[in-house]
Amino acid sequence: MTETSAEQRVTGRDREGVAQRLAADLRDGFVVNLGVGIPLLVPKYVPANVEVILHAENGVLGMGPLAPQGQEDPDLTDAGKQPITLMTGAAIVDSATSFAVVRGGHLDVTVLGALQVSGGGDLANWYVPGQNPAVGGAMDLVAGAREVWVAMEHVDRKGQPKIVERCTFPLTGRGVVTRVYTDLAVFHIAGGQLRLAECAPGITPDLVAERTGAPFVEDLPG
Amino acid sequence: MIDKFRADPQAALARIPSGATIAVGGFGSSGRPDTLLDTLCDLDRRDLHVFVNNVGGDLTGIGRLLAEGRLRRITCSFPVLPDFYTEYFAGRVEFELIPQGTLAERLRAGGAGIAAFYTPSGAETMLADGSFPLCYDGDGEVTERIPAKEHREFGGRQHVLEYGIVADFALVKAYQGDPKGNLRFRLSARNFNPLAAMAGRYTFAEVEHLMETGELHPDDIHLPGVFVNEVLMRSNTSPRLPVGRSS
Repeated sequence: MTETSAEQRVTGRDREGVAQRLAADLRDGFVVNLGVGIPLLVPKYVPANVEVILHAENGVLGMGPLAPQGQEDPDLTDAGKQPITLMTGAAIVDSATSFAVVRGGHLDVTVLGALQVSGGGDLANWYVPGQNPAVGGAMDLVAGAREVWVAMEHVDRKGQPKIVERCTFPLTGRGVVTRVYTDLAVFHIAGGQLRLAECAPGITPDLVAERTGAPFVEDLPG
Repeated sequence: MIDKFRADPQAALARIPSGATIAVGGFGSSGRPDTLLDTLCDLDRRDLHVFVNNVGGDLTGIGRLLAEGRLRRITCSFPVLPDFYTEYFAGRVEFELIPQGTLAERLRAGGAGIAAFYTPSGAETMLADGSFPLCYDGDGEVTERIPAKEHREFGGRQHVLEYGIVADFALVKAYQGDPKGNLRFRLSARNFNPLAAMAGRYTFAEVEHLMETGELHPDDIHLPGVFVNEVLMRSNTSPRLPVGRSS
């Protein structure tokens, strides 16, 4: 066992906790698109008195949980090509109509993972140079959704901040992110300004500052 | 009398020449016209430019076209197949990467007589600034890039100019079709199929069920037969299952 300092042991929220914290901010009636990673953990934490309509890019409004083993229907998948179920009241549309929902301002929130977010709300989440490029609907989602909420680890695997002054990875969209939920904090971004809205339990603003690569203003409750 | 049913896929698709541009429906293996794609391979067509959302996760469908070296260029949003990237980086296929919603709207626009449109998707990214490699040579050097897209500001936001797609042919898959070419899709297998069908100058539809004229209620037709030239039965040897649990 290696020695770890008290500070390094402070881990804030785990992935489930980040999803749960984000889910608490979803409002009744929201139409929501979820990306891969932590965002996919969000549905199980949506409060019982809140009904959200889950949108999948391939033309599903009212997506339900993954289909149980043995009950998969090849004609019914999510945007990750996994077999799904539908909620009562679901609707199916073609891909052009699906992206009319996205770009036309009819999607309240898209929840995405990120490689990097800049303090001004630029998002990089589609391509790591040197790897295989693919974009899917990410650029449409960030351009069109009324709000773009990022759910991610606060730092990368090497401990480097993922919230940065300027993204070094290729951008998905410029100035599009409105909120960031991490294991350490919740940030709001408005008017190109990064604001610390909340620290995770046991986390201080100083610790957040230490692990954040962009300046922010504190806008904590109370 | 209008009767668009055709019994023999090989005879029907024989009119597609090498070098053709082809819009293809489907999202992954869901709604993918496997019988038509297999027939195209059997006909030994080459130098094709295909517009499709995915290069599937296996060597069926578009994957087979790729593996057999039949593609000159692919316009898509999300290749899945690792072999695709091998071919791309080796300079054996050109790759026009575009956002998924842009692909859908370009097909819809082309089929609807809209020459071009402005969309915010991809503005100020490397898919619009002229830097993304369209193709490589055999030594890994970029020989051509996707041209920079015209940017224009609307309502204080940057948009890019995108062009409608009109393809020589379209290959789509539906659940039901009738002799007039009217189609009905099933669940999320609809996806790009009606859009690809509209974008094709000559459209082939592969269906699971051939219906009699009048069996499909006018209100239940997802795509009218005016967009469809020939209707063929899906081969029962075409793959349907399994649906992969990977992306």
